[in-house]
Amino acid sequence: MSEEKPQAQPVPVASSEEEWIDEQVRRTVLVTPMDRVVDLVDKIYNWGRRNSVWPMGFGLACCAIEMICTSASRFDISRFGMELFRASPRQADLMIVAGTVTKKMAPSIVRLYNQMAEPKYVLAMGACASAGGPFKEGYSVVSGVDKLIPVDVYVPGCPPTPSALLYGLMQLQKKIDGQTIRDVSWYRKGASEGIPEPVLGPDVFDPRRAEEITALAGDPGKLEARAINIKSKAESKAEKK
Amino acid sequence: MAVNAPVAPAELKSNLNDPLVIAEKIKAQYPTAVEAANAQGIVVQGEQLLEVARYLHDTPELGFDYLHNVTSVDYPDRLEVVYHVSNLARGGTPLTLKVNAARQDPAVPSLVPVYRGANFQEREVYDMMGVRFLGHPNLRRILLWDGFEGFPLRKDYKEPYYEDERKPFGTRWDQGHHVIAEDRNPWHDNVKYPASFDAVGYKPQRDTVRTVGAEDAVATKLRTDKLVLNIGPQHPSTHGVLRLKVTLDGETVVAAEPVLGYLHRNHEKIGERNTYLQNIPFTDRLDYITSMANNLAYVVGVEKLMGIKAPERAEYLRVIMAELTRWISHIAAIGFIYNDLGAFYTPLLYGLEERELVLDLFEAASGSRMMCNYMRFGGVARDVPEGFLDKVQYLVTERFPRRMDELEAYMVGNELFTARARNIGILPRDLAINYSAAGPVLRASGVKYDLRRADPYSIYDRFEFDVPVGTVGDMHDRFTVRIAEMRESVKILKQALAQIPAGEIMTGKKNYQIRVPKGEVYGRAENPKGELGFFMVSDGTPNPYRYHVRAPAFINLTALNEMVVGHKIADLIVILGSLDVVMGEVDR
Repeated sequence: MSEEKPQAQPVPVASSEEEWIDEQVRRTVLVTPMDRVVDLVDKIYNWGRRNSVWPMGFGLACCAIEMICTSASRFDISRFGMELFRASPRQADLMIVAGTVTKKMAPSIVRLYNQMAEPKYVLAMGACASAGGPFKEGYSVVSGVDKLIPVDVYVPGCPPTPSALLYGLMQLQKKIDGQTIRDVSWYRKGASEGIPEPVLGPDVFDPRRAEEITALAGDPGKLEARAINIKSKAESKAEKK
Repeated sequence: MAVNAPVAPAELKSNLNDPLVIAEKIKAQYPTAVEAANAQGIVVQGEQLLEVARYLHDTPELGFDYLHNVTSVDYPDRLEVVYHVSNLARGGTPLTLKVNAARQDPAVPSLVPVYRGANFQEREVYDMMGVRFLGHPNLRRILLWDGFEGFPLRKDYKEPYYEDERKPFGTRWDQGHHVIAEDRNPWHDNVKYPASFDAVGYKPQRDTVRTVGAEDAVATKLRTDKLVLNIGPQHPSTHGVLRLKVTLDGETVVAAEPVLGYLHRNHEKIGERNTYLQNIPFTDRLDYITSMANNLAYVVGVEKLMGIKAPERAEYLRVIMAELTRWISHIAAIGFIYNDLGAFYTPLLYGLEERELVLDLFEAASGSRMMCNYMRFGGVARDVPEGFLDKVQYLVTERFPRRMDELEAYMVGNELFTARARNIGILPRDLAINYSAAGPVLRASGVKYDLRRADPYSIYDRFEFDVPVGTVGDMHDRFTVRIAEMRESVKILKQALAQIPAGEIMTGKKNYQIRVPKGEVYGRAENPKGELGFFMVSDGTPNPYRYHVRAPAFINLTALNEMVVGHKIADLIVILGSLDVVMGEVDR
């Protein structure tokens, strides 16, 4: 079967000025469903954001040194557009929590997080920031920064190598790619409400839980019941006897 | 100025480091002051401590001018405050002074009037053990916050995630499965509150500003109010979570008070629950740039207590690792100084480039770039891989000297640097000693004191090297002393590579649970940052009864106020950079 040669469309001759304008609009303006427009905007928006994630220079402990190494020449974080470590939270998009979060530091971390402008992300770098790490058992260590602020990416390691951090950042880029302005939190009402800063009392506490803590502290029986009791080695030995 | 006091004859030298001899001398002066004395140390009566210290410090013949370490031990019946003092010119093992205090409301006189370096250390003892120091100028909590409940290093203090007194924990298998710490704690978090704690009505203690020396106003024609500026804990300089409360008169610093503890990770409490071996990886995380050297200081201390020695090859490997660490620590430090000066990153990048080469070697030897966990009691964890020593050889004979010539050409002669660094942040010789400054900071002030020479450990007595000293004690000297030390490190590395024998790397068989006899020890080593000491009390069990770290960076910070007063605010961060503090070690 021989295909018919497609015939060239006849160029319409505008009979009036309005008709000519309509024709021009039809030919030059893309008319498409709203969804596809949003998709397109998302694509451009996310492409721009993912390649210019400015981290906050926020080194807490050992991991900060590996973070510095990541930004140095060998691992070269600027390949990802992320080399601009900002000293001010107002200019930063990403908080790399690089190190152990202590109770004394907790109010500052929450304050810095609140001061960051949306869209903002948090990357917990290393075992300490993820879950307390080797220092978890300590009396002044917060078991993971996610007890204070929401975390987007966890990077394991003690400390994670620069390549591990870069992998974590690539995961963050993936996350950014998957976001759409249709449902991102920062265009919604109430998104700018900050997290209340923890208070340093006899021990650190969240002001939102103050009533609960007061009630429990005044009721030792109820408090005891909340814990899973574990016998120590000596106790269970004595029991066996 | 760089010349040291004349060294006493050998006989006298050994005599005056003997606690029994000193005890006799004190007795002659203050008959009731000495409670007991043995080869370990002298127990001094509490009320007379200050007089005894003044006597030891001021008598020219004794001249105990340097306070190494202040710490305390919690015994069931008493609290014991331990001081280590020595004469820098004599060197050798420091003299141990002890004071007993009651467990109920313990109080001892403060030594700050004699040794200003005791300032932060006594605050730490107060913070951790609750010992009040009478006459201390600013006795407040230092690592924890005002209002914290309890004294964590006391033996009866149980942390919120408390599981058992000593590791390895028996609780993990007795019930057949492990229960995570969050479920064991009734608050389901790492917190504990006193009974009937009223969180709703709780008012946190106000962050008070104590303007030390604010009255000594800098003479200006304009009468202006003082401004208190808070720097940190998050700030653009790269020294971690250090916070400074600075009082300013215009642009001039009137007083600077470091606020510490934002990285307090309970190194000592965890260390006392751990076994000796389990502490090695924790020492890595003290000063996280120099993990190999931290390992060395710790194992040297424990080996002293155990009375064992590492085989020849292991000793050489240790020295090679420690000197490489010194090299990379100093090259990072001078990069950071330039960073603080405003040469953002460029000089540091040169330093980090070299550092990566060494980190690769560390990774090859130990399996980790930064947290090496390489040394063991009586040896090292494993022998170095094939070709390792050749690579070190290449670095020290070709790459490092060339790179250092380059750096010196760019950095030391740099006109901008000279203008910013000369006569800035001067720490005179006598003050450096009195403030217990250590390492390059002490040597830059003209004190020729290096533990590798003054109290040789490992095999440092075999190598030929100089101890570089500065003349003025300003920032420029602290910078150039570091560069000179790097050259000396290369010298030591060359000798070690030429001499290293083949053979065993471990005394005896590898052991998980080591036997440490009863006793106490103050083991120390010359870390890149200064004297890193470990004070350990062993009760014969597999866990240390008391484990204290003498952190050089922490004590160097005591002198910060002295250095910055009268300088501009822009110099403050650079002076801090020249101290080369690492917060992991400062806060522990």
